[in-house]
Amino acid sequence: MIAIEELYKNYGPKKALNGISLTVERGELFAYLGPNGAGKSTTIRILTGLTRMTSGRASLGGFDIETQVTLAKHQFGVVQQYVNLDQELTVFENLDIHGRLFGMSKRARRKKVDTLLAYIEMEDRADTLVKSLSGGLKRRVTIARALLHEPGILFLDEPTVGLDAAIRRRIWALIKKIQQQGTTIFLTTHHIEEAEFLAQRVAFLDNGRIVALDTPEHLMESVGHWAVDQFAGSEMTTSYFKTRQKANTFKAEGEFTLRRVNLEDAFLSLIGRKVQS
Amino acid sequence: MNPFINGSLAVYRREMLIFRRRFKRQMAGQAISPLLYLTTFGYAMGGELRFDGISYLDFLVPGLVAMASMTQAFAIATDINVARFYWHIFDEFQAAPISNGSYVAGEVMAGITRAFMSIGIILGLGLLFGVRLHYGVLFWLAILLNSFFFANLAVALAMLVKSHADQSLLTNFVITPMAFLGGTFFPLDRLPAWLQHVLGLLPLTHASTAIRSAALGHEVHWQSLLLLAAMGSVIFPVAYHCVNRARD
Repeated sequence: MIAIEELYKNYGPKKALNGISLTVERGELFAYLGPNGAGKSTTIRILTGLTRMTSGRASLGGFDIETQVTLAKHQFGVVQQYVNLDQELTVFENLDIHGRLFGMSKRARRKKVDTLLAYIEMEDRADTLVKSLSGGLKRRVTIARALLHEPGILFLDEPTVGLDAAIRRRIWALIKKIQQQGTTIFLTTHHIEEAEFLAQRVAFLDNGRIVALDTPEHLMESVGHWAVDQFAGSEMTTSYFKTRQKANTFKAEGEFTLRRVNLEDAFLSLIGRKVQS
Repeated sequence: MNPFINGSLAVYRREMLIFRRRFKRQMAGQAISPLLYLTTFGYAMGGELRFDGISYLDFLVPGLVAMASMTQAFAIATDINVARFYWHIFDEFQAAPISNGSYVAGEVMAGITRAFMSIGIILGLGLLFGVRLHYGVLFWLAILLNSFFFANLAVALAMLVKSHADQSLLTNFVITPMAFLGGTFFPLDRLPAWLQHVLGLLPLTHASTAIRSAALGHEVHWQSLLLLAAMGSVIFPVAYHCVNRARD
């Protein structure tokens, strides 16, 4: 379980996090959505010990991240938004070093590396140098590495950034699989469809504050069920309706499209701008 | 296993794996400078040159050993920098349940290993040039203390700098002048007294003195070894503190 209470982070006069409080239940897949600079990565960096909080409290698996640092660090694995693998080492060596850092025995490391490489469908790549892997394969290795010490919590910071749509879908399938095996997942993303597809609950973050937190369905319902996009020149306006009938009777001028409301609509109506602005 | 030792060994193992992968080019790179120094300063220019009854080559090789124990131990700063700013490997260490002390110890051991490898090359080249010296315990102890100090300094400064460019500047302003003025290439007693006092503050000066004395079979000044040990005992907590501060 992840528990965050009144988390603040200041960089000089700038408030990167402005009183974040939330709880993520064991086994839940929780998405943390927001535009660039909203404070998503800062939250993960604080929870994973890379950045100091200004004030507040947070615990991972019941262990306080400030006072029980070592125990808290055993609770999670983290996949950063950048690929932080040793490019000059092989896939096996990268995973093995991680296991050593977590005090795993040689036998346990070898067994777990074999299992995870099969899990990410890369068992034939153990001796491949990381620098020769594609972006998608590197990302899979970072996920395997984060799971090596069998953490209960997995932090995924923009896990599909820079990947093409097909590879992104494969990573999503992997994330689903991990969550179905009982791992709590805290996902930050600005691919809104990623959150919609994967998450059980979503928090919208803007300027270091949570502006909404609910299931994707409830967030979308708060806007409506149907949307009409109107195009006039280079401008687009969207109107939301509870029923398709009302949407159909809406007298839109010029070119328009009727579609189901998505999470992006909920985000847009609550925050007033797109996630990928 | 003790968590401190376990963490240090994991960090050290990573550095050694990278070192092994770069072994040939690293060894070739480390051989070039001493080979040039031995050829130009020692062989071509110094054939007739003698200090206190010893040939310049015999004088030069211990100096090169002292210099290499500094430069090669300090060179880990660049690797740490690349791992921190470019590959973000430092984040992997920070998110792992190892202490910052373990991290410093692992990197320092890597720096010392690198220094000893380089010294092996210099001594091998020295043999090719006909240099036979004494390689007793105090000779190796002085090298160990000197490389320990500079590896710790490397970790500390690598944590303080904000970019690769800053790292190069530090090397240019701190390490390069010390390499030339720390009693490596010429005896310091020929310099003005005030400058000797200033250079006496440099750890490399004491390392050169101790390593040369041991290598030539002379009495080693314990003050030099004690001073290096004292500097080492101060710089380790400084490096630890700098790693702590590296969390933003």
